[in-house]
Amino acid sequence: MPWELDSDRPIFQQIIDKIQTDILSGRYAPGDKLPSVRELAMMAAVNPNTMQKALAELERAGLVYTQRTSGRFITEDTAMIELLKERKAKELIDTFLEGMQRIGYSAQDAADALKRKAAPAQIPDCSQADN
Amino acid sequence: MSTLVECTGLNKNYGKVTALHDVNLTIESGHIIGLLGPNGSGKTTLIKILNGLLTPTSGTVLVKGKPIGVDSKKVISYLPDHTYLNMNQRVSEVISFFTTFYEDFDERRAYDMLSKLSINPKDRLKAMSKGTKEKVQLILVMSRRADLYILDEPIAGVDPAARDYILNVILTNYDASASIIISTHLIADIENVLDEVLFIQNGQIRLTSSVDAIREEQGKSVDALFREVFRC
Repeated sequence: MPWELDSDRPIFQQIIDKIQTDILSGRYAPGDKLPSVRELAMMAAVNPNTMQKALAELERAGLVYTQRTSGRFITEDTAMIELLKERKAKELIDTFLEGMQRIGYSAQDAADALKRKAAPAQIPDCSQADN
Repeated sequence: MSTLVECTGLNKNYGKVTALHDVNLTIESGHIIGLLGPNGSGKTTLIKILNGLLTPTSGTVLVKGKPIGVDSKKVISYLPDHTYLNMNQRVSEVISFFTTFYEDFDERRAYDMLSKLSINPKDRLKAMSKGTKEKVQLILVMSRRADLYILDEPIAGVDPAARDYILNVILTNYDASASIIISTHLIADIENVLDEVLFIQNGQIRLTSSVDAIREEQGKSVDALFREVFRC
Protein backbone atom coordinates (compact mmCIF):
# COMPACT_ATOMS: atom_id res chain seq x y z
CA MET A 1 0.00 0.00 0.00
CA PRO A 2 1.71 3.24 -1.10
CA TRP A 3 1.81 6.08 1.37
CA GLU A 4 -0.85 8.70 1.01
CA LEU A 5 0.79 11.79 -0.39
CA ASP A 6 -0.75 15.12 -1.33
CA SER A 7 -0.22 16.31 -4.84
CA ASP A 8 0.64 19.92 -4.09
CA ARG A 9 3.46 19.71 -1.54
CA PRO A 10 7.02 18.56 -2.25
CA ILE A 11 7.21 14.79 -1.94
CA PHE A 12 10.38 14.73 0.16
CA GLN A 13 8.74 17.09 2.66
CA GLN A 14 5.81 14.75 3.03
CA ILE A 15 8.10 11.77 3.48
CA ILE A 16 9.90 13.62 6.26
CA ASP A 17 6.57 14.36 7.94
CA LYS A 18 5.46 10.75 7.64
CA ILE A 19 8.66 9.32 9.12
CA GLN A 20 8.62 11.94 11.88
CA THR A 21 5.06 10.92 12.73
CA ASP A 22 6.10 7.28 12.79
CA ILE A 23 8.85 8.14 15.25
CA LEU A 24 6.57 10.26 17.44
CA SER A 25 3.82 7.67 17.48
CA GLY A 26 6.32 5.04 18.54
CA ARG A 27 5.98 2.99 15.37
CA TYR A 28 9.72 3.35 15.16
CA ALA A 29 11.25 3.16 18.64
CA PRO A 30 14.50 4.95 19.54
CA GLY A 31 17.40 2.89 18.22
CA ASP A 32 15.26 0.98 15.70
CA LYS A 33 16.78 0.21 12.35
CA LEU A 34 15.08 1.83 9.38
CA PRO A 35 14.45 -0.19 6.21
CA SER A 36 16.85 0.54 3.35
CA VAL A 37 16.29 3.50 1.05
CA ARG A 38 15.16 1.16 -1.69
CA GLU A 39 12.71 -0.68 0.55
CA LEU A 40 11.28 2.57 1.88
CA ALA A 41 10.99 3.96 -1.64
CA MET A 42 9.05 0.86 -2.66
CA MET A 43 6.81 1.05 0.40
CA ALA A 44 6.01 4.68 -0.33
CA ALA A 45 5.94 4.18 -4.12
CA VAL A 46 8.28 7.12 -4.62
CA ASN A 47 11.55 7.69 -6.37
CA PRO A 48 14.56 6.32 -4.42
CA ASN A 49 16.41 9.62 -4.91
CA THR A 50 13.54 11.48 -3.27
CA MET A 51 13.58 9.03 -0.36
CA GLN A 52 17.33 9.49 -0.07
CA LYS A 53 16.89 13.25 0.06
CA ALA A 54 14.26 12.98 2.81
CA LEU A 55 16.44 10.67 4.90
CA ALA A 56 19.43 12.97 4.48
CA GLU A 57 17.26 15.80 5.79
CA LEU A 58 16.15 13.73 8.78
CA GLU A 59 19.77 12.91 9.41
CA ARG A 60 20.73 16.56 9.33
CA ALA A 61 18.00 17.26 11.86
CA GLY A 62 19.49 14.52 14.03
CA LEU A 63 16.40 12.30 14.06
CA VAL A 64 18.13 9.41 12.34
CA TYR A 65 21.78 8.49 12.13
CA THR A 66 23.80 6.31 9.84
CA GLN A 67 26.02 3.59 11.13
CA ARG A 68 28.51 2.80 8.48
CA THR A 69 27.81 -0.54 6.74
CA SER A 70 24.88 -1.45 8.98
CA GLY A 71 22.27 1.08 7.94
CA ARG A 72 20.15 3.89 9.31
CA PHE A 73 18.78 4.02 12.84
CA ILE A 74 16.31 6.16 14.77
CA THR A 75 18.02 8.46 17.24
CA GLU A 76 18.28 7.28 20.85
CA ASP A 77 18.03 10.86 22.05
CA THR A 78 14.54 10.61 23.62
CA ALA A 79 14.72 14.20 24.84
CA MET A 80 14.97 15.31 21.25
CA ILE A 81 11.98 13.20 20.28
CA GLU A 82 9.97 14.70 23.15
CA LEU A 83 10.94 18.18 22.00
CA LEU A 84 9.81 17.43 18.47
CA LYS A 85 6.58 16.02 19.81
CA GLU A 86 5.87 19.23 21.69
CA ARG A 87 6.62 21.29 18.63
CA LYS A 88 4.32 19.16 16.47
CA ALA A 89 1.55 19.34 19.06
CA LYS A 90 1.87 23.12 19.06
CA GLU A 91 1.57 23.20 15.29
CA LEU A 92 -1.54 21.04 15.38
CA ILE A 93 -3.12 23.21 18.06
CA ASP A 94 -2.39 26.35 16.04
CA THR A 95 -4.03 24.84 12.99
CA PHE A 96 -7.02 23.78 15.07
CA LEU A 97 -7.41 27.20 16.66
CA GLU A 98 -7.15 28.91 13.30
CA GLY A 99 -9.96 26.74 11.98
CA MET A 100 -12.10 27.41 15.05
CA GLN A 101 -11.49 31.13 14.77
CA ARG A 102 -12.71 31.04 11.21
CA ILE A 103 -16.09 29.77 12.41
CA GLY A 104 -16.26 32.33 15.20
CA TYR A 105 -14.80 30.51 18.22
CA SER A 106 -12.44 32.40 20.50
CA ALA A 107 -9.48 30.46 21.88
CA GLN A 108 -11.41 30.13 25.14
CA ASP A 109 -14.57 28.85 23.38
CA ALA A 110 -12.43 26.35 21.54
CA ALA A 111 -10.78 25.22 24.75
CA ASP A 112 -14.20 24.75 26.38
CA ALA A 113 -15.44 22.76 23.43
CA LEU A 114 -12.33 20.63 23.65
CA LYS A 115 -12.84 20.04 27.34
CA ARG A 116 -16.40 18.89 26.72
CA LYS A 117 -15.17 16.58 23.98
CA ALA A 118 -12.50 15.17 26.25
CA ALA A 119 -15.10 14.28 28.91
CA PRO A 120 -18.12 13.33 26.83
CA ALA A 121 -19.74 11.07 29.41
CA GLN A 122 -20.80 13.99 31.63
CA ILE A 123 -22.53 15.89 28.86
CA PRO A 124 -26.09 14.89 27.98
CA ASP A 125 -26.45 14.21 24.28
CA CYS A 126 -28.57 17.06 22.90
CA SER A 127 -28.95 15.65 19.42
CA GLN A 128 -31.06 12.77 20.65
CA ALA A 129 -33.30 14.85 22.87
CA ASP A 130 -34.93 16.34 19.78
CA ASN A 131 -36.11 13.02 18.45
CA MET B 1 26.85 10.19 -11.70
CA SER B 2 27.74 10.51 -15.35
CA THR B 3 26.13 11.82 -18.49
CA LEU B 4 24.15 9.17 -20.33
CA VAL B 5 22.61 11.14 -23.16
CA GLU B 6 23.57 14.41 -24.71
CA CYS B 7 21.53 16.02 -27.49
CA THR B 8 22.76 19.23 -29.07
CA GLY B 9 20.86 21.37 -31.57
CA LEU B 10 18.60 18.52 -32.53
CA ASN B 11 16.21 19.16 -35.42
CA LYS B 12 13.84 16.82 -37.18
CA ASN B 13 11.62 17.74 -40.10
CA TYR B 14 9.11 15.52 -41.84
CA GLY B 15 8.99 17.28 -45.18
CA LYS B 16 7.75 20.78 -44.32
CA VAL B 17 6.57 19.77 -40.86
CA THR B 18 8.95 20.50 -38.00
CA ALA B 19 8.78 17.73 -35.40
CA LEU B 20 11.75 18.80 -33.27
CA HIS B 21 13.31 22.23 -33.20
CA ASP B 22 16.72 22.89 -31.64
CA VAL B 23 16.43 20.42 -28.79
CA ASN B 24 19.30 20.53 -26.30
CA LEU B 25 19.10 17.91 -23.64
CA THR B 26 21.35 16.19 -21.13
CA ILE B 27 20.33 13.10 -19.21
CA GLU B 28 22.37 12.01 -16.22
CA SER B 29 22.52 8.50 -14.85
CA GLY B 30 20.43 7.51 -11.85
CA HIS B 31 17.35 9.52 -12.75
CA ILE B 32 13.75 8.76 -13.61
CA ILE B 33 12.58 11.34 -16.09
CA GLY B 34 9.07 12.03 -17.29
CA LEU B 35 8.84 13.15 -20.90
CA LEU B 36 5.56 14.99 -20.97
CA GLY B 37 3.79 16.82 -23.72
CA PRO B 38 0.49 16.97 -25.58
CA ASN B 39 -0.23 14.80 -28.60
CA GLY B 40 1.99 15.60 -31.54
CA SER B 41 4.53 17.53 -29.47
CA GLY B 42 7.49 15.42 -30.59
CA LYS B 43 7.85 12.94 -27.72
CA THR B 44 7.90 9.83 -29.86
CA THR B 45 10.10 11.49 -32.50
CA LEU B 46 12.69 12.27 -29.83
CA ILE B 47 12.47 8.74 -28.46
CA LYS B 48 12.82 7.21 -31.90
CA ILE B 49 15.91 9.29 -32.59
CA LEU B 50 17.48 8.11 -29.32
CA ASN B 51 16.81 4.55 -30.41
CA GLY B 52 18.21 4.98 -33.89
CA LEU B 53 14.86 4.44 -35.60
CA LEU B 54 14.90 7.93 -37.08
CA THR B 55 17.84 10.05 -38.10
CA PRO B 56 17.79 13.69 -37.08
CA THR B 57 17.71 16.32 -39.83
CA SER B 58 20.52 18.10 -38.01
CA GLY B 59 22.22 18.11 -34.64
CA THR B 60 24.00 15.44 -32.66
CA VAL B 61 23.05 12.79 -30.16
CA LEU B 62 25.60 11.02 -28.00
CA VAL B 63 24.80 8.07 -25.76
CA LYS B 64 27.57 7.45 -23.25
CA GLY B 65 29.78 9.59 -25.45
CA LYS B 66 29.16 7.60 -28.61
CA PRO B 67 26.90 8.27 -31.59
CA ILE B 68 23.68 6.27 -32.03
CA GLY B 69 24.43 2.80 -33.34
CA VAL B 70 25.30 -0.69 -32.14
CA ASP B 71 26.91 0.64 -28.98
CA SER B 72 23.93 2.76 -27.97
CA LYS B 73 21.44 -0.03 -28.68
CA LYS B 74 23.39 -2.30 -26.35
CA VAL B 75 22.81 0.00 -23.41
CA ILE B 76 19.27 1.20 -24.16
CA SER B 77 16.24 -0.94 -23.42
CA TYR B 78 13.27 0.41 -25.34
CA LEU B 79 9.55 -0.08 -24.98
CA PRO B 80 8.00 1.23 -28.21
CA ASP B 81 4.48 2.61 -28.44
CA HIS B 82 3.56 -0.17 -30.87
CA THR B 83 4.43 -3.80 -30.43
CA TYR B 84 6.86 -5.56 -32.71
CA LEU B 85 6.50 -9.03 -31.20
CA ASN B 86 5.21 -12.01 -33.12
CA MET B 87 1.69 -12.52 -31.77
CA ASN B 88 1.74 -16.24 -32.60
CA GLN B 89 4.54 -16.90 -30.13
CA ARG B 90 4.19 -18.03 -26.56
CA VAL B 91 5.64 -15.82 -23.83
CA SER B 92 8.27 -18.47 -23.08
CA GLU B 93 9.37 -18.44 -26.72
CA VAL B 94 9.72 -14.67 -26.72
CA ILE B 95 11.78 -14.90 -23.54
CA SER B 96 14.19 -17.43 -24.99
CA PHE B 97 14.48 -15.20 -28.08
CA PHE B 98 15.34 -12.20 -25.89
CA THR B 99 17.80 -14.30 -23.87
CA THR B 100 19.78 -15.16 -26.97
CA PHE B 101 19.39 -11.73 -28.53
CA TYR B 102 20.43 -9.48 -25.63
CA GLU B 103 23.47 -10.33 -23.57
CA ASP B 104 22.14 -8.30 -20.64
CA PHE B 105 18.75 -10.08 -20.53
CA ASP B 106 18.00 -11.64 -17.14
CA GLU B 107 15.73 -14.62 -17.79
CA ARG B 108 15.06 -15.32 -14.12
CA ARG B 109 13.95 -11.77 -13.51
CA ALA B 110 11.47 -12.06 -16.37
CA TYR B 111 9.92 -15.32 -15.13
CA ASP B 112 9.79 -13.92 -11.64
CA MET B 113 7.78 -10.88 -12.73
CA LEU B 114 5.49 -13.02 -14.92
CA SER B 115 4.56 -15.20 -11.98
CA LYS B 116 3.97 -12.16 -9.76
CA LEU B 117 1.52 -10.83 -12.32
CA SER B 118 0.00 -14.32 -12.76
CA ILE B 119 0.85 -14.51 -16.45
CA ASN B 120 1.23 -18.00 -17.80
CA PRO B 121 4.45 -18.27 -19.88
CA LYS B 122 2.78 -20.91 -22.02
CA ASP B 123 0.11 -18.50 -23.24
CA ARG B 124 0.32 -17.12 -26.74
CA LEU B 125 0.49 -13.35 -27.09
CA LYS B 126 -2.50 -13.19 -29.42
CA ALA B 127 -4.69 -14.87 -26.80
CA MET B 128 -3.94 -12.13 -24.29
CA SER B 129 -5.84 -8.95 -23.50
CA LYS B 130 -4.35 -5.60 -24.47
CA GLY B 131 -3.33 -4.89 -20.87
CA THR B 132 -1.67 -8.27 -20.40
CA LYS B 133 0.27 -7.86 -23.63
CA GLU B 134 1.52 -4.50 -22.38
CA LYS B 135 2.58 -6.08 -19.11
CA VAL B 136 4.54 -8.77 -20.95
CA GLN B 137 6.31 -6.18 -23.07
CA LEU B 138 7.23 -4.09 -20.07
CA ILE B 139 8.55 -7.18 -18.29
CA LEU B 140 10.72 -7.96 -21.31
CA VAL B 141 12.09 -4.43 -21.39
CA MET B 142 12.73 -4.20 -17.65
CA SER B 143 14.42 -7.62 -17.56
CA ARG B 144 17.42 -6.24 -19.39
CA ARG B 145 20.20 -4.80 -17.29
CA ALA B 146 20.48 -1.68 -19.35
CA ASP B 147 21.89 1.78 -18.61
CA LEU B 148 18.91 3.57 -20.04
CA TYR B 149 15.31 2.42 -20.22
CA ILE B 150 13.05 4.33 -22.58
CA LEU B 151 9.40 3.60 -22.04
CA ASP B 152 6.93 5.07 -24.51
CA GLU B 153 3.48 5.06 -22.88
CA PRO B 154 4.13 2.08 -20.61
CA ILE B 155 0.96 2.14 -18.52
CA ALA B 156 -1.73 3.42 -20.85
CA GLY B 157 -3.58 0.14 -21.30
CA VAL B 158 -3.40 -1.40 -17.84
CA ASP B 159 -5.80 -1.05 -14.94
CA PRO B 160 -4.93 1.14 -11.93
CA ALA B 161 -4.04 -1.80 -9.67
CA ALA B 162 -1.67 -3.23 -12.23
CA ARG B 163 -0.31 0.28 -12.79
CA ASP B 164 0.81 0.38 -9.16
CA TYR B 165 2.50 -2.97 -9.61
CA ILE B 166 4.19 -1.86 -12.81
CA LEU B 167 5.55 1.27 -11.15
CA ASN B 168 6.82 -1.04 -8.46
CA VAL B 169 8.47 -3.17 -11.13
CA ILE B 170 10.10 -0.08 -12.54
CA LEU B 171 11.32 1.03 -9.12
CA THR B 172 12.70 -2.38 -8.14
CA ASN B 173 14.33 -3.28 -11.39
CA TYR B 174 16.44 -0.36 -12.23
CA ASP B 175 19.68 0.08 -10.41
CA ALA B 176 21.00 3.35 -9.15
CA SER B 177 23.35 3.88 -12.07
CA ALA B 178 20.63 3.50 -14.69
CA SER B 179 18.12 6.07 -15.89
CA ILE B 180 14.59 5.75 -17.12
CA ILE B 181 12.73 8.00 -19.52
CA ILE B 182 8.98 7.58 -19.33
CA SER B 183 6.72 9.23 -21.84
CA THR B 184 3.11 9.33 -20.75
CA HIS B 185 -0.10 11.30 -20.44
CA LEU B 186 -0.94 9.68 -17.12
CA ILE B 187 1.10 12.17 -15.12
CA ALA B 188 -0.74 11.91 -11.83
CA ASP B 189 -0.10 8.18 -11.71
CA ILE B 190 3.62 8.43 -12.12
CA GLU B 191 4.72 11.77 -10.77
CA ASN B 192 5.71 10.42 -7.36
CA VAL B 193 8.33 8.21 -8.93
CA LEU B 194 9.85 10.88 -11.17
CA ASP B 195 12.98 12.89 -10.39
CA GLU B 196 12.61 15.27 -13.24
CA VAL B 197 10.11 16.27 -15.83
CA LEU B 198 10.64 17.53 -19.35
CA PHE B 199 7.76 19.43 -20.89
CA ILE B 200 7.89 19.32 -24.65
CA GLN B 201 5.69 21.42 -26.90
CA ASN B 202 5.72 21.94 -30.67
CA GLY B 203 9.03 20.12 -30.86
CA GLN B 204 10.74 22.30 -28.28
CA ILE B 205 11.69 21.67 -24.67
CA ARG B 206 9.48 24.04 -22.75
CA LEU B 207 10.51 23.25 -19.18
CA THR B 208 13.00 21.07 -17.34
CA SER B 209 12.51 20.83 -13.62
CA SER B 210 12.40 18.46 -10.69
CA VAL B 211 9.00 17.37 -9.41
CA ASP B 212 9.66 18.77 -5.96
CA ALA B 213 10.86 22.09 -7.36
CA ILE B 214 7.59 22.43 -9.29
CA ARG B 215 5.59 21.66 -6.17
CA GLU B 216 7.65 24.02 -4.06
CA GLU B 217 7.67 26.93 -6.49
CA GLN B 218 4.18 26.57 -7.93
CA GLY B 219 2.41 24.90 -5.04
CA LYS B 220 0.80 22.46 -7.40
CA SER B 221 1.34 19.01 -8.78
CA VAL B 222 3.06 18.34 -12.10
CA ASP B 223 -0.28 17.11 -13.37
CA ALA B 224 -1.95 20.42 -12.48
CA LEU B 225 0.91 22.42 -14.00
CA PHE B 226 0.70 20.38 -17.20
CA ARG B 227 -3.01 21.08 -17.49
CA GLU B 228 -2.32 24.78 -17.01
CA VAL B 229 0.61 25.07 -19.42
CA PHE B 230 -1.07 23.07 -22.15
CA ARG B 231 -4.63 24.28 -21.69
CA CYS B 232 -6.51 23.91 -24.96
